Amino acid sequence: MGVVAPNGVGIPAFTHAIRKGISGLSFVPAMEQLKLGCQVGGIPDFDENTLAPWLPENILRNLRSTGIQYACAAAVEAWQDAGLPVNNEAIDWDAGCIMGTGICDITALRWGIHLADDLLARKLGSTYVQQIMFSGASAYINGILGLGNQVSANSAACSTGTESILMAYDKIKLGHAKRMVAGSCESSSHYIWGAFDAMRVLNRRHNNNPTAASRPMSETAAGFIPGGGAGVLILEERETALARGAKIYAEIRGGAINSGGQRMGGTMTAPNNAGVQRCFEAAINNSQVDPNSVDLVCGHLTATFADKVEVSNWSRALGREGMNFPYINSLKSMIGHCLAATGSIESVAAVLQLYHGFIHPSINCEDLHPEIAATIDPSRIPATEIKQDVKLVMKANFGFGDVNACIVFEKAI
Amino acid sequence: MKMIEKEVILEELKKIISVYIADKSLLENITESTLLSGDLKVNSGHIVDIVLDAEAQFDIEFDDASFDKIATIGGCIEVIQEKLRSNANR
Repeated sequence: MGVVAPNGVGIPAFTHAIRKGISGLSFVPAMEQLKLGCQVGGIPDFDENTLAPWLPENILRNLRSTGIQYACAAAVEAWQDAGLPVNNEAIDWDAGCIMGTGICDITALRWGIHLADDLLARKLGSTYVQQIMFSGASAYINGILGLGNQVSANSAACSTGTESILMAYDKIKLGHAKRMVAGSCESSSHYIWGAFDAMRVLNRRHNNNPTAASRPMSETAAGFIPGGGAGVLILEERETALARGAKIYAEIRGGAINSGGQRMGGTMTAPNNAGVQRCFEAAINNSQVDPNSVDLVCGHLTATFADKVEVSNWSRALGREGMNFPYINSLKSMIGHCLAATGSIESVAAVLQLYHGFIHPSINCEDLHPEIAATIDPSRIPATEIKQDVKLVMKANFGFGDVNACIVFEKAI
Repeated sequence: MKMIEKEVILEELKKIISVYIADKSLLENITESTLLSGDLKVNSGHIVDIVLDAEAQFDIEFDDASFDKIATIGGCIEVIQEKLRSNANR
């Protein structure tokens, strides 16, 4: 696995941060300059020069899309972590890539639009298209890794990362590939964040206290905090992975992708609860797991009014409540909402909890929302790390358009 | 603008091109007939970037006709000299 997250770049730093409940959120001067209501964001502490071993000098020099930078770094880390060679001349015909994105890097796009408006479109050079095309991240990754199977990009708003993993999983399950680079990325662009600010869905009340700004499940949750980053998992057919002695973090038991159809209360921006519950139930059913054996729910939980509805949906789908509810946490409490990257970064976190045997804290909900407290016992939301064996994790994300995706991860045996 | 010697242009071109090629040693035996794509293995998609870098370096602008002449190092030097001359006469 590989990760570039606001609270940690690389798996070791990220693992440390999520165990300790370290926030990666900070005041963003560029958001202040744009006079946005929310001026807090999650920007990974990333140095693009770390890509120098993997990208030709001229390509790296002109790589403006931070989303693609993050994706390349996470993909290389994941590929190497999986024991696979980088930069060798050979093509791996059995390996492909599904690397999703929500919104192309508007900051990079803006650079080109300004040139064009100044009648200098000829100065865009040869690397502009490949950075603004939707499949840009997968294309750059392919250049580094040499993949011979399907190389593409998916997009399903904030469920993009979860969906990419399930699409890659299906591809392997169908026997169409042996291993897949699966994940998603989102640029750290204050122009993207400004668009969400205009919808008044970002928290404007904690500009002076950034690490407390992302408050999933809290009574004082007042909107999400935007972020950028990338997460990548290498999925591999079990026998192939075992045969080459690969490090196996976890297994995917199953999952589901669906939509609420923007009906029955579902809209462009809010999920249809029946759709969400069907998604959870389908994931449970096709994974053939007992809902009572789920140890941990890694929620979407963005820090809006929808958190309490999500918890209620989990409770109904699992048929569990109060003390009987599994542990539940929100990585967004530490890194904000990394939009399309959220599903993959949170899946990396889910798998790390399985692999190492811990449950990361969900910070900033000392003032738990009373409706959530009425559904599940507050002890199910860890305020600090809990060290214990975790065997089965459910991870879900939802996105604009009324789309849902849910994965069931199991500890590798 | 004062004219720039051919050798000076060649040295500047080598610096520009080196960013675009993996095997920098190919620049050691460069001549006017050296092909950018064929001999130096420049990705043909990156020729436009080399042109942009040369334009910035020499304060000139390539036109559409210039692009037909730059397959070789000698062609590049000719175009650069021609554009420098027209700059000087402007």
